[in-house]
Amino acid sequence: MTKPETDAFLSVRDLRVHFPTADGLVKSVDGLSFDVNRGEILGIVGESGSGKSVTSQAILGLHKGSRARITGEIWLDGTELVGASEEKMRSLRGDKMAMIFQDPLSSMHPFYRVGDQITEAYQVHNKVSKSVAKKRAIEMLDRVGIPNPDKRFDEYPHQFSGGMRQRAMIAMALVCDPKLLIADEPTTALDVTVQAQILDLMRDLQREFNSAIILITHDLGVVAETCDKVVVMYGGQCVETGTVDEIFYEPEMPYAWGLLGSMPRLDRTRQDRLKPIAGQPPSLIQVPKGCVFNPRCAYQDKVPDDMCRTQHPDLVPTGTSASHAVRCHIHPEERRRIWADEIQPTL
Amino acid sequence: MSTPSSPSFAKAEGANDAAYNPLDETDALLQVKNVTKHFPIKQGILFQRQVGAVRAVDGVSFSLRAGETLGLVGESGCGKSTTGRVITKLLDPTSGDIFFNGRNIADYSRHQMQGVRRDIQMIFQDPYSSLNPRHTIGTIVGAPFRIQGAKTERGIKAEVQDLMARVGLNPEHYNRYPHEFSGGQRQRIGIARAIALRPKLIVCDEPVSALDVSIQAQVVNLLEDLQTEFNLAYVFVAHDLSVVRHIADRVAVMYLGKIMELTDRNTLYESPMHPYTHSLMSAVPVPDPRKEAKRERILLTGDLPSPINPPSGCVFHTRCPKYRSVLSEADQQRCRGEVPLLEIKRPGQLAACHFPEVRADIASGEDAGVTGR
Repeated sequence: MTKPETDAFLSVRDLRVHFPTADGLVKSVDGLSFDVNRGEILGIVGESGSGKSVTSQAILGLHKGSRARITGEIWLDGTELVGASEEKMRSLRGDKMAMIFQDPLSSMHPFYRVGDQITEAYQVHNKVSKSVAKKRAIEMLDRVGIPNPDKRFDEYPHQFSGGMRQRAMIAMALVCDPKLLIADEPTTALDVTVQAQILDLMRDLQREFNSAIILITHDLGVVAETCDKVVVMYGGQCVETGTVDEIFYEPEMPYAWGLLGSMPRLDRTRQDRLKPIAGQPPSLIQVPKGCVFNPRCAYQDKVPDDMCRTQHPDLVPTGTSASHAVRCHIHPEERRRIWADEIQPTL
Repeated sequence: MSTPSSPSFAKAEGANDAAYNPLDETDALLQVKNVTKHFPIKQGILFQRQVGAVRAVDGVSFSLRAGETLGLVGESGCGKSTTGRVITKLLDPTSGDIFFNGRNIADYSRHQMQGVRRDIQMIFQDPYSSLNPRHTIGTIVGAPFRIQGAKTERGIKAEVQDLMARVGLNPEHYNRYPHEFSGGQRQRIGIARAIALRPKLIVCDEPVSALDVSIQAQVVNLLEDLQTEFNLAYVFVAHDLSVVRHIADRVAVMYLGKIMELTDRNTLYESPMHPYTHSLMSAVPVPDPRKEAKRERILLTGDLPSPINPPSGCVFHTRCPKYRSVLSEADQQRCRGEVPLLEIKRPGQLAACHFPEVRADIASGEDAGVTGR
């Protein structure tokens, strides 16, 4: 396997994660590619079951040993991860890449003190004495804004509040100064006021450590606030990707229009009615033929010859910018006209 | 127990008499007065004695008219869900009055409540745990008719299928089990069950927070349609302020078991008076990157204090940005010592704050341009 031409820090190429089950093959991720550079925050958005979390688990190698069939390439700073041994992954995990999970209570061990769990993470990757590791852990707890870190070091996870626990998780993830941080719905379980604190903290730390961050979320507000680039996932595929401005101000995929129309907004006086996307997300066992979104798409009449139902569209650059690409059969000019005339004014 | 018209609430001087006072309205469908719910904390093995109480709801008052939606918002642990459960009498209030259609149901027994239950229903947050997995949809949605003896068995089936069609489910799925449905469809089943007996009031406890955005919008629209069709009143408990702004007519902001601010939705979002409301609004991310970059944010530091031992005076003073950076020592003394009452500060706007923010200019400022888009 040769390294791809891109010089991105993390490069995912044609990633497929399939799970064989009694009911059939579940194609959780089906041909996903993206790049993340250091100092950049990539947002992956999508509904439940769109393959966001499975992607992040594949990057961390958490599917190894399961029945998942993974193909494609994941390059992290010159190292290929899909074919890497478990031993190799263990040495990278926590050191070069780390993850923050949605629910900090179930991702920390309830029997061990918070401080010891952070110290352990540090000692696994660094040959240092316990006292040095402890000092480092307290430093990190302090850095993520936990008051009285010396005292908090000896407490158990249940003694922390939700926001504090998430801070401790972040401290644990960052203790080895990883260059890639994957945050899987890091603020979904938190209140808005705490969410604002945590997102601020993540941005500060990113600037400080110059790391690459993948932020997985279903909240477009969080994406608008935090991310530089966005991958919109649907049915295990990337259906649209671009810079945050492109996705919010010039989206071209009907699914992205649907997401924007579904969201009630705090900054608007009432919309008469929300404009939901009809129907249900697709089954990943029987993925719709043609475009994955076609059963819910209202614009199929814009495409001749029933192509939406018969031909799978490729992820094609829009032509207006190098970073913006869309998986849709509708003619690009027609898409831009629909957005400008029919969608944008109603949002 | 007091009568609905007892003058137990302070009114600010100079308040417009014509203004609607949600604390003292006699013809409301639901009038909640000074309701508290304290959960005792007990210690000891044989002889348990009470050593304290979690003050989950601590003196909450509001009213609701027929066909109207009141949003209850706040951080987790602020008592909004408990308030919803007290209104439906799933929990008995520790003290206070709940007038429903003019009758005080606060002290009603289980038996007495049976007659009221057909008028007050509830929709729950988790569509997975709120439906019995061993019952078919027909049984679940038909249960209210059977309990209330409202229909013959044959009549129930026809009625249930009507309801299923009304909430957007296929009536042919009458004999299916909950696990055969997706989250959004299950929430529709919960809604069908709640509207079965044509109630007057539905308490919705986080009805859409477990759903994906595209499905969430479908359910919100369904709730709005049903409200128009059956003239339902909703108490809409939610932590998502954007959804509440969309669906609620008036909003009560809760903090540590108390209502901090109560007003109509646009006033609340455009010119909040309570510093807590202001900080809460400013923390919500908006799906618009350019606006996001310019958004003024007030970060609240620290965590919610414990409701077992709430701060003295104004419960919010420990985190209040105004208290910390603007107020003088004497004013701070007042915040620490004196509990602010929920009272009318401006016509139609109530706040529990000694030093509310008066910023009429916000309403007519920038946001007006956005509205027109």
